[in-house]
Amino acid sequence: MGAATALTGKQKVAWAAITVAVLVWALFPVISIMATSFKLPSDLNSGSFLPTTWTWSNYEQILGPDGSAQELFLSSLRNSIGISLIATAVSSVLATLAAYAIARLEFPGRKLILTTALGVSIFPVISIVTPLFNLWRSIGLYDTWAGLVIPYLSLTLPISIWTLTAFFRQIPWELEQAAQVDGATTWQAFRKAIIPLAAPGVFTTALIAFFIAWNDFVYGISLTSTEAARPVPAALAFFSGASQFEDPTGAISAAAVVVTIPVVVLVLLFQRQIVSGLTQGAVKG
Amino acid sequence: MASITLTDVVKKYGDGYPAVNGVSLDIKDGEFVILVGPSGCGKSTLLRMIVGLEDITSGELRIGDAVVNDKAPRDRHLAMVFQNYALYPHLTVFENIAFPLRLQKGKYTEEQIKDNVEFAADTLELREHLDRKPANLSGGQRQRVAMGRAIVRDAQAFLFDEPLSNLDAKLRGQMRTEIARMQRRLGTTTVYVTHDQTEAMTLGDRVAVLRKGELQQVASPRALYEQPVNLFVAGFIGSPPMNFVPGEVHGDTLRLPFADVPMSDALRERVNGRGLVIVGLRPEHVEDVRSLDESKVASGVTFEADVDVVEWLGSELYAYIPFDTHADVAQKLEELDRDLDGEGMRTQVVVALGSESRVRDGSHAELWFDPARLLVFDPESGENLTYDEEAAARVDAETEEDRRAAVERAQRDQKQSETAPRHRQAG
Repeated sequence: MGAATALTGKQKVAWAAITVAVLVWALFPVISIMATSFKLPSDLNSGSFLPTTWTWSNYEQILGPDGSAQELFLSSLRNSIGISLIATAVSSVLATLAAYAIARLEFPGRKLILTTALGVSIFPVISIVTPLFNLWRSIGLYDTWAGLVIPYLSLTLPISIWTLTAFFRQIPWELEQAAQVDGATTWQAFRKAIIPLAAPGVFTTALIAFFIAWNDFVYGISLTSTEAARPVPAALAFFSGASQFEDPTGAISAAAVVVTIPVVVLVLLFQRQIVSGLTQGAVKG
Repeated sequence: MASITLTDVVKKYGDGYPAVNGVSLDIKDGEFVILVGPSGCGKSTLLRMIVGLEDITSGELRIGDAVVNDKAPRDRHLAMVFQNYALYPHLTVFENIAFPLRLQKGKYTEEQIKDNVEFAADTLELREHLDRKPANLSGGQRQRVAMGRAIVRDAQAFLFDEPLSNLDAKLRGQMRTEIARMQRRLGTTTVYVTHDQTEAMTLGDRVAVLRKGELQQVASPRALYEQPVNLFVAGFIGSPPMNFVPGEVHGDTLRLPFADVPMSDALRERVNGRGLVIVGLRPEHVEDVRSLDESKVASGVTFEADVDVVEWLGSELYAYIPFDTHADVAQKLEELDRDLDGEGMRTQVVVALGSESRVRDGSHAELWFDPARLLVFDPESGENLTYDEEAAARVDAETEEDRRAAVERAQRDQKQSETAPRHRQAG
């Protein structure tokens, strides 16, 4: 809280209460799932929040060499990582180029590109998925990586273009000229003055794009049928218990925890880049 | 260091609009030249053409002896201070200043870079801020960093693009003298763009006044003030601006809206049969009769006027006197006012009186001026009919002499104050 004036006692208490409430609201489901992932199947309906006996059996089931869901989970994890990374990379490159052009160059149709991008993202996923299902089946993209990367691009590109355009617009491009006057070539000016400023924005946008692709469920479940392309969120629905009378809840929880970890790691890793504010002070502020 | 020579330089944009139109300007080695004019007059464009950020449509630009029309900015070896400083936000102050040196790969050792940056930092009193980032600096400090980046290398010339316009009034005054001192000491050719005439008058050895992309007059500040070539220059230089009133010629007298002025033979010759002229009178050339002794009153023209509004400023007092203009010159004066970024609200005369004057709002004042100080302009062309070329040349020569002396003195002082030897290598 960067409040300029010191908080009074009452305000401090109020802030603390609000913070606690938000933390509980945000973290309770995560903690609940983590607790569940350590429970034995027999413990699932015991009604206690924490497991009575802690066990790794759920994790063994999805990750261990003899786990019943191991093949299903690992192949879907591979699909998820691969598809999300490709979708992120492609959308970052395309969005960076598009945003650069929109922010930097004067050309007819700038507005049109932005509105179109927004228009595309307005359609609800669920309304597109059925026609897409039919189309993908007839042209052979059904149940392939490309068959998921393309719809993911339609989700990630609009938001990437919009955030990057906004970000690029506030880069003081005069720096490029200043660098040229200081003795830099065009390329040096771009590399030494502009890229350091643009990088945090591209990073942040790429991260957002990755999360969108990583978290998708509707496309994942509708456009795949086998381990060839099924991503984790969809695969979770295909988990089965040890017998048909046993719930796979524990295994699903364990898998959910495992797929949350990359997201947390990424955020922690790029925290500094995400918190940009780097362009401050370049020009009169 | 080098001279900069512009010959018939033209800048036309895609739509054919000439932002800079046929400017020829000869900037001598070590000279401090100001480009000044109202907004949109092409002064910044001209500066950006010199530095290489804008193409030159036609004409020739020389730096030293080399034609540089088609050279990239980096090959012109000029240093520029941008209006909004353009500091690199991801670099510390030290690295910002060192940036131009680091770009010249292999030319400087790490130690030389450190020496040069620290020399520049000491010159601008930035030593204790070297490790900070621009975001954490005040406006004045950022401005000094931008200047440090310019002086750290041995540039052929310094170019300033309205460097003080983002500072508050007090800081602006301080930085203005700082820039003057620095330029005298380093003796580097400097081109300085501003719309602020105080900066233009105080800093420049010579001032180039631009209007709609065309050069109006290049002269020392004093020559511009005393001998403007036309209405535009006369109206632009001076604060508050010069008053323009219609003057009807009736035989030997020039009839102004508020007074009749006897014409000298020389003036009559210059007016040359024109029936109507525009007369320019500087506010500071008018005085309150009550503050003058009788012999002086007799030497000039006195007139009575009803004062509309008075502004008391401590050191001076401005009195505003409305008058009815002549229909034939009204349009010309309105056009001039627009060119000077004015609003053309009402026709009035401003006079600057001593602050002890008892003239108040609504009072009936008795005022005095010396008719020899009137400037007379042709109402059609705006040309100054009273322009005295010899006097202008004389003033320019005097200013040039003063400048030489000032530069010599500054450089002598600099040598004496440099106790510790430092190795600033020549470029």
